[in-house]
Amino acid sequence: MRKRSQRLWLIGAAALLTTGAVALAVVALQDTVAFFQSPSDIVEKGVGNLTQSVRVGGLVEKGSETHGPDGALLFKITDGKHAVPVVYHDIPPDLFEEGKGVVAEGKFDETGRLVAKRVLAKHDENYMPKETYDALKRAAESGGDTSYSKEPTS
Amino acid sequence: MIAELGHLLAFLALATAAAQSVLGLTTGGEAPRRLAVATGMFLLLSMLTLVISFVRLDFSVALVAKNSHSLKPMIYRIAGAWGNHEGSMLLWCLIMSGYGAAAALFMRNDRLRDRALGVQGLLTLGSLAYLLFASSPFTRLTDPPLDGGGMNPLLQDPAVALHPPFLYMGYVGMSFVFSIAAAGLINGQIDREWAKRVRPWALTAWSSLTIGIALGAIWAYYELGWGGWWFWDPVENASFMPWLVGAALIHSLIVTEKRGGMASWTVFLAILAFCLSLLGTFLVRSGVMTSVHAFATDPTRGLVLLAGLGVAGSAALALFAWRAPKLPVGPEFDPVSREGALVLNNLFLSVGAALVLLGTVTPMVVQWLGEIKVIPPESASLSIGEPYFQLTLAPMIAVLLLFLPLAQAAPWRKADISPLVKWLTPAIAVALIAGLVALALGGWGIWLGFGVLVGAWVVVGVGFDLWRRVGEGGFGRVFRLPLTVWGMAIAHIGVGVFVIGATVETATRTERTFPLASGQSAELAGWTFEFQGVHSVEGPNYYATQADIKVTHDGVSEMIHPEKRFYPVADTSTTEVAIQKTLGGDVYVALGDTIREEPGVWRLRIAHHPLIDWVFGGAALIAVGGFMSLAARLRRRSPVPATSTEAPTPDGVDEKTPAGAVA
Repeated sequence: MRKRSQRLWLIGAAALLTTGAVALAVVALQDTVAFFQSPSDIVEKGVGNLTQSVRVGGLVEKGSETHGPDGALLFKITDGKHAVPVVYHDIPPDLFEEGKGVVAEGKFDETGRLVAKRVLAKHDENYMPKETYDALKRAAESGGDTSYSKEPTS
Repeated sequence: MIAELGHLLAFLALATAAAQSVLGLTTGGEAPRRLAVATGMFLLLSMLTLVISFVRLDFSVALVAKNSHSLKPMIYRIAGAWGNHEGSMLLWCLIMSGYGAAAALFMRNDRLRDRALGVQGLLTLGSLAYLLFASSPFTRLTDPPLDGGGMNPLLQDPAVALHPPFLYMGYVGMSFVFSIAAAGLINGQIDREWAKRVRPWALTAWSSLTIGIALGAIWAYYELGWGGWWFWDPVENASFMPWLVGAALIHSLIVTEKRGGMASWTVFLAILAFCLSLLGTFLVRSGVMTSVHAFATDPTRGLVLLAGLGVAGSAALALFAWRAPKLPVGPEFDPVSREGALVLNNLFLSVGAALVLLGTVTPMVVQWLGEIKVIPPESASLSIGEPYFQLTLAPMIAVLLLFLPLAQAAPWRKADISPLVKWLTPAIAVALIAGLVALALGGWGIWLGFGVLVGAWVVVGVGFDLWRRVGEGGFGRVFRLPLTVWGMAIAHIGVGVFVIGATVETATRTERTFPLASGQSAELAGWTFEFQGVHSVEGPNYYATQADIKVTHDGVSEMIHPEKRFYPVADTSTTEVAIQKTLGGDVYVALGDTIREEPGVWRLRIAHHPLIDWVFGGAALIAVGGFMSLAARLRRRSPVPATSTEAPTPDGVDEKTPAGAVA
């Protein structure tokens, strides 16, 4: 009898905790998952629909890097077909450069700019984020500028 | 010649490891013991030859040519030997065989040791085969270059030079825990004696893992220039999962050792900890994700690792499924007791590990589903970041820690809560006051107040429990408390210190980016920063732009010099932040980029990281506590073999445990 009550107690505690954890995970996932979008996805779907956090990947468009009056970094992410304007209030990673791969994560403001919370650049000269490569490839296949997607490793 | 010698030594180790596993699993005795020592020695010498090749800049070795450079400072030439995929796999094999050799030298001679050495031999054999046939560090170039290709400059750092050895001591240390678990299952002996002999190995591995993770966090904090110390990056999670399961393991081992309970759960955790270490290695090395750690973005290597994980994991789990039903159940206990508290600890830690696993693996699984066209590829790319982990783990850890001081004070079998509460009432009061003070100072954030409350409750509660254990004897007895009690208390206080530091740092850090021209000033958190321009500096293998910034606080001024370094060999730049330490936290300045439209204007990221040293100090205390528990175990070694029939001590205080052989 004692043995059984001990076991019941254990199973009860484990079940309770697991249920709580699953509930927490579901709630947390709904709020925090960021889907990857290419610039073409965003332009074709319209940015108004996106209230969730998104990750946008592509290349930093050549000649698009400027700074706002408050020193914020402004640039555009392109997949060779469409480009998305981004504002970033922080210092970009060391390897951030025009014409190179980049992934920005954040939400869109009402003017259609991506307010990036995080900007990731490639980690070294030989590497492009896989998401970026795929986005460039898809854009090129659907009739965009192909000059960007020729060298997946540059 | 020296690289060929290293290669030959590694092949010799392959042979001895094979013999070690066969003899360990069959006849046992003196032979596998000698072979385990030989495997360790061969690999030590082999590693040494690789280090010599790196130190002597032998560019005819492909690995040296790829990862070193004549201008690299000596310490990074040495560390360069393991700062790459092939070299780090050799280090992995060396540490794996090193654990085997240590066990051969220090464990008592019996069937458990023989079987453990046999299983360890198998693991070493698999790792060595992978090293020699899929990623050999000894390959020669027919046409050696005049100079090497350098090393990722981000990795040229003292913390990160030591990070892999400690991390591997942890990851690979779990392999020997796994081996003893498998050996115990083969022998059908998972009992108090078994737990007693596993525990030192689990403590070594877990404490080393703690140091390795902390070194990585420290490196991320000052080298990446973002000022964060934990990003919930898959790489970090890969090391955090075995850490959580390892923490659960060293706690459940206590129940198995002292009471004979939870035997099958403990052995399951021992298997799981190593499987998660392998999974972590797979995640980092297979190129399924992107990070500075992913030196080998070669999918076939990833597949081999995954296969190894599959084989080792499923074999061990099959063994477990076969033996577990026959394992002893252990004496009964009340839910409110030390056993009950440790069960709760294990539930929380393992559910926590499962939550981290879910958040880490989901994006990869979804991406894979997209690749095999189960779901549309466009919608198969998602990321799960910091908020998920904070939302799920923070509540779990908080509830777990609320129980900690009570658990530490509770006796075995059945606890009476009321005297405990009486003891701990002052601690509750102190914790509440600390939480309120944090709220008042830190701007009434609910998480901040709660986090500080929980951390203070742990620190003070553990302190009161120590005091209770001292008992009548007064202050003089404090230093006569057994080392195990000190180890536990220090590790737990470390957890509390860490939680306070982490919550305060995360909730109240301030950071801003200022565009500044020479002569302009910025203010943050009561500090003034006057930018006085930049100048060039030349380092051994880099050129740097160094800023001169005058920081003023309370009328005291000092110059600090953040840098941006450019490494021509690797064609990359890095950020060297300037950190001004104060009692309350760090002032942290990173030099950003220039603004093209306004020449002479630089962007500076200035941040204040309050209590950041508590974060790293807390982690250090956790590791110190772990090593103290280990030392206590080693000190109690005696030539008399322990019997597993000793009476459990009535209140679980370790000083009354009879001396016995430990390892």
